[in-house]
Amino acid sequence: MAVFDLRDVGLTVGDRPILHDISFTVEPGAYLTIVGPSGAGKSTVLRLLATLLTPTAGTITYLDRPQSSFDKIAYRREVSYCFQQPSLFGETVRDNLAFPFELRSRPFDAAKALAALSDVDLPAEMLDKPITELSGGEKQRVALIRNLLFPPKVLLLDEVTTGLDHDTKAIVHQLIEAGNRNGMTVIAVTHDEGEIAVAHDLLALRDGTLDKEAIRRDK
Amino acid sequence: MTNDLIVSPTALLFAVALVAIALIINFHEKIGLEKEMLVGVVRAVIQLTVVGYVLTYIIKVDRAPLTFLMMAIIIFNAALNARKRANGIPHAFAISLLAITVATGVTIVLLVLAHAVKFTPSQIVPISGMIASNAMVAIGLCYRNMNTSFHDQRQAVLERLALGATLKQASIGIVREAIRTGMSPTIDSAKTVGLVSLPGMMSGLIFAGVDPTKAIMYQIMVTFMLLAATSLGSVIACYLAYPRYYNEDLQLR
Repeated sequence: MAVFDLRDVGLTVGDRPILHDISFTVEPGAYLTIVGPSGAGKSTVLRLLATLLTPTAGTITYLDRPQSSFDKIAYRREVSYCFQQPSLFGETVRDNLAFPFELRSRPFDAAKALAALSDVDLPAEMLDKPITELSGGEKQRVALIRNLLFPPKVLLLDEVTTGLDHDTKAIVHQLIEAGNRNGMTVIAVTHDEGEIAVAHDLLALRDGTLDKEAIRRDK
Repeated sequence: MTNDLIVSPTALLFAVALVAIALIINFHEKIGLEKEMLVGVVRAVIQLTVVGYVLTYIIKVDRAPLTFLMMAIIIFNAALNARKRANGIPHAFAISLLAITVATGVTIVLLVLAHAVKFTPSQIVPISGMIASNAMVAIGLCYRNMNTSFHDQRQAVLERLALGATLKQASIGIVREAIRTGMSPTIDSAKTVGLVSLPGMMSGLIFAGVDPTKAIMYQIMVTFMLLAATSLGSVIACYLAYPRYYNEDLQLR
């Protein structure tokens, strides 16, 4: 059973084609890397998988059921999309880490939030720090653990390591790889040469469709 | 009541000089509002003249259906005007109509039940106008604020959706801010009433020779009534409008 099965997926906005003829499958527990020049449609593919956009052609199947048949809200909690240059909510880091609990009408679990902060090498004092005082790398890590506090089945990453320094990148990779080892499927869009070099499954996009020449598959 | 409150046509003609002052300033400072201003002046004269005759008739015949009809016309026009601020929010007219009708209806029913006003056209029609126009301004401000927020905070809303937020969870911050904005003029004027302005109703009663302490009782009632009406109107309009920013797939339009 594939996690995702895309058949001839396309997206046209107005009369502007953004994506066309995209077909690929993603197996459970895979770590798929999507590459391609800017404007190729990488983020759009992630947004389609996250149901933030609906394809205008073709079909997307999630766990053998049409994506459209799922309750969107439950689906998005299972297939979690982390944005490039995320915006943080409210005033402090706590507001952001409390949000996933609020969504699920659960009381905020401070111990869980602190453990998540320490997973990305952020100190406990960070919890009450105003978001305006955070560096880019800190913001990106807070956003990432916002997606991971309730572990999703699939994590969609949109260039989340862009602009991070070497050490921060390593911390983020460690966290994502640990999740992947525990069975979480990861689909990551990246420009990062290092990430592309170590990627096992690689999809390349060019001009809104798959660049068949540049596809690399381990399995 | 004293009857020396007559503004003669000649006096009104002299008042045109006041409009001239505004026009001269406008020309001199190149503000470019002369056309708007003239349209405003002409419309005010025509609309008020017509309404004057209509009100005279309605008050004279004193029939409930006619009073209701007049209220309906006021509310309809207020909703039309509120929609102009909606800038493309789907169903903005229907939303505004419902919000202003409930705001006006609930407030008036309470006032009538409390015997604060009598169900007679000379009281109900002006009060409806006051409530509907305040609700209209509040709702217009709500729409404008929501449009700006959904535009400026687009990515934050998308991120909330992506984390699995319901439409309400994704929008509640924007909705609260819009309601706050819609209500703020009413709250500000409640805070400064008597210190800055002597509002129309109270001034009118004092003009007409009513004891200022009695006029003040009325004004207090009006202030409370407008607080209730603008909060009702803003809440209803915002809660009905925010889902319109999303499509059936729970995506931002």
